[in-house]
Amino acid sequence: MTSSQVDIKDPFAGERLKESPFHPRQALLNLRDAWSSWNGYKFADYYYDEEYEYFCIRNSCATYDICPMQKYVITGPDAEAMLNRMVTRDISKLKENRVTYVCWCTDEGRMIDDGTIFKMGPDRFLLTCGSPSLAWLRKSTFGFDQLEISDVSDSLAALSFQGPTTCEVLKKMGLVGIEDLKPFCISYFSLGSDDNNRLMVSRTGFTGDLGYELWIEKAYALELWDKLYAAGEDYGIQPYGEAATNMARLEAGFIMPGMEFNEALKTVHYQYDQTPFELNLDWLVDFKKPHFNGRSALLEARDQGAEYTLVKLDIEGNKPAEESFLYSDKECSKEIGYVTSAMWSPVVKANIALAMVMTSALDGDIWAEIYYSKELRHHSKVAQCTFQTHPFWSPKRARATPPGLY
Amino acid sequence: MTKYDAIIIGAGHNGLTNAAYLAKAGLNVLVVEKNEYIGGAAVTREMHDGWFYSSCSYVCSMMRQSIHRDLNLTKHGLVLVPYLGTVVFADNGDTMVSYNSEEAEYNQLRRRSPHDADAMFRFQADLARYAQLIRKTLLRTPPDPTSFRPRDIKELLWLAKEFWSLGEKELYEYIRFFTMSAADFLDDYFEDDLIKAAMASPGVIGTALGVYSPGSAYILLHHVMGDVDGNIGAWGLARGGMGAISHAIASALTEHGGEIRTNAGVDKITVKNGKAVGVVLDNGDELHADIVVSNMDAKRTFTQCMDKNDLPPGIYDKAKNFKIRGSSGKVNIALSGLPKFNNVPDNRYINRGGQGFVGSMETMERAYDCWKHGRWSEDPFIESVIPSAWDPTVAPPGQHWMSNFVQYCPPVLADGPWTPEKRDAFGQTVINKIERYSPGFKDLIVHMEVRTPHEIEAEVGLTEGNIFQGELTIDQLLFNRPFPGYAQYRMPIKNMYMCGSSTHPGGGVSSACGANAAREILIDLKRPNTVPEDDFYDE
Repeated sequence: MTSSQVDIKDPFAGERLKESPFHPRQALLNLRDAWSSWNGYKFADYYYDEEYEYFCIRNSCATYDICPMQKYVITGPDAEAMLNRMVTRDISKLKENRVTYVCWCTDEGRMIDDGTIFKMGPDRFLLTCGSPSLAWLRKSTFGFDQLEISDVSDSLAALSFQGPTTCEVLKKMGLVGIEDLKPFCISYFSLGSDDNNRLMVSRTGFTGDLGYELWIEKAYALELWDKLYAAGEDYGIQPYGEAATNMARLEAGFIMPGMEFNEALKTVHYQYDQTPFELNLDWLVDFKKPHFNGRSALLEARDQGAEYTLVKLDIEGNKPAEESFLYSDKECSKEIGYVTSAMWSPVVKANIALAMVMTSALDGDIWAEIYYSKELRHHSKVAQCTFQTHPFWSPKRARATPPGLY
Repeated sequence: MTKYDAIIIGAGHNGLTNAAYLAKAGLNVLVVEKNEYIGGAAVTREMHDGWFYSSCSYVCSMMRQSIHRDLNLTKHGLVLVPYLGTVVFADNGDTMVSYNSEEAEYNQLRRRSPHDADAMFRFQADLARYAQLIRKTLLRTPPDPTSFRPRDIKELLWLAKEFWSLGEKELYEYIRFFTMSAADFLDDYFEDDLIKAAMASPGVIGTALGVYSPGSAYILLHHVMGDVDGNIGAWGLARGGMGAISHAIASALTEHGGEIRTNAGVDKITVKNGKAVGVVLDNGDELHADIVVSNMDAKRTFTQCMDKNDLPPGIYDKAKNFKIRGSSGKVNIALSGLPKFNNVPDNRYINRGGQGFVGSMETMERAYDCWKHGRWSEDPFIESVIPSAWDPTVAPPGQHWMSNFVQYCPPVLADGPWTPEKRDAFGQTVINKIERYSPGFKDLIVHMEVRTPHEIEAEVGLTEGNIFQGELTIDQLLFNRPFPGYAQYRMPIKNMYMCGSSTHPGGGVSSACGANAAREILIDLKRPNTVPEDDFYDE
């Protein structure tokens, strides 16, 4: 079929969103027609009810379509050296079949994006991230000839599978030995129908709970879906969308582009982007390794100290402090920061938030001015905030191997 | 021998909450429990291999989240999960489901009655208004209306202000509401009988009243005023069963240094010189404490665990006449698969939550007639929930446990006491009714536990098996609960308190009674308060 034929049938074809390989199944379950978009894909905000889907992550198991995530395979003798120069973490220590969380910065030490690197072979890596990064990857190859970058975003289907019953479901699906897969490790399985449908499973996720990510060639996406949903039938399986992801990741204390940080390459205003130090990602920056992009600027930033620091807050009352300003006094006379993400945590029963607070004000009191509305009338209140050093939700099963019975 | 600062009788959720807050304030507390397990009516028990029943209470919406948060119950293992989808069944097989979307709900109601679909908005708003006021009183000690103490006057003024803020018209409506029947209340809104029956059914749960009996409207409200994370009217399940609530509170209690002793039933509360000084256990052991707190119901506390001579005149009679009539039974069933119901679509969000076998207004009233005549209802109202469809931890995968709350079931039968044969016959009545709506249901049954008021009283200690530790009618609510003049958790004997559901705000797994009582005890001891205020101020 040529594109002109498509145009005759559907004059709006050019405006419509792409559909993920899992779309035929997911569309059936999106009873609320609650579609949003991500990287050009039609993408569910939620399917049935965001809170229900959130509870599937915490109580049973649920799938999140990560096909729209950007995926690049980098191969060749220079692949490791190139990635190691690009990201702030030392990935030369990364073992085969392991995954690591990374971020990369501009020459000025401002964060471009965060993502994960999978070491699939000695000279073979998979980089995943939220936003398209091909141009920056190409730029980062400067001086490295022996490598190849291929954008597999559209051909590699992926499903994030999260929740306490996930391990049991994968076992039931026939993934022998899945219970021995440790966090941030990769394992391979065959789905059974032919030799090409190799399923890669990583014990990774964005929910802070027990979970896996399932990677397979697009052609086998529906086969994977059907097998997973058949095995998960008695374990409360349910797809979830952006809304539930956002709840789970906030409880886990994970940052989100567009919420906690503004991608440096898309930032217009001077220093409206962030350094990893401001985002409390000091542990991702390794000055002991050879030169990497943004190193000298980051050294300087480290020595100067971050003006703002991302913190976790537990806020009194039950009104989410969305978009709140933070003050050092109850009278709200001295502004010291702002909330980046906030919610009522159904599982912890706490009013939680991530916030950027002036580093100099971290020792003092923190008060949030919260706006909320009641039957169309707007109200405000001032609520005291308490620091939290640990993630709001961090069950043992997320780290244990085997994860144990749900 | 150790002398405790406080002994709490009964390791139900309120007793544990009370003890946790006293321990948090630094008191040396001991909870004594007659059973070998803790939890009272908030228990999980493995009654069949791999099946964990919440033997008594089975759903939760009243749990004060400020207490959950303050005692850090999540850290102690408690996760409350909302469940979806309740289907109500009419006598003629007709069904009405509950959709988790206002629009779908509206469309369904419109199919039944455009009038009622419209009236539902006003009904929900009115209920929310009534509920909001009561919710604000849950974690507050009721004022004594006859007292001139500044605290009581202040609290009375607060209550008056809250009532007046409803506006004059609504104030009258509200006062009327407290004494109305569920049927009369609903007649003002609806014409469809199944809608009315579905809405009326919470008005009789746990109560020896019918849908046409005055007072049932308030009980309806008591059942819908709870919430799960602010979704008022929603119901949740405790992951791992209701025992998870008790165990989390117990864990918080022991973290604060409190002690729990099981297999330690109390024979008598010891009183010396008009003061409570300890307890005598069933095994004869004497335990001493500065304070004794009873989490048992008012009737049991005063008529069974105290010496008549220790009580001021009148209290014994008040306790003896305390309205705590048993009216319900419970049938817990292990199933080899998910039951299928007639006229319910195969929609996973609505076909496996709750089932309300209401029949009709008439059928529910007839069921009540049986109770009045000392028989269990031949065509009972059953409220069922299938927790295993939502909580993966309570039954083997693919198999289920179904909780069936049965109304009505008398504590004493007209033809004599309960026997195992009669108990089983009662159980058969229940499964026969379910089978009518779910052909093949009986074939799924793997195990069954039938509990009449007789078993509930024997196991949990609730007089007549009354789930609320005393009925929730206006004569026994707020400053009348359990008795006028004794609604502030202090009992007529010095150093003796009550902290169970016999006290304000009454039945339900809320932890509010236990927490409120702890606050009062700490006031008397001149210790700093450790009990939080409720979270709902701006709703």
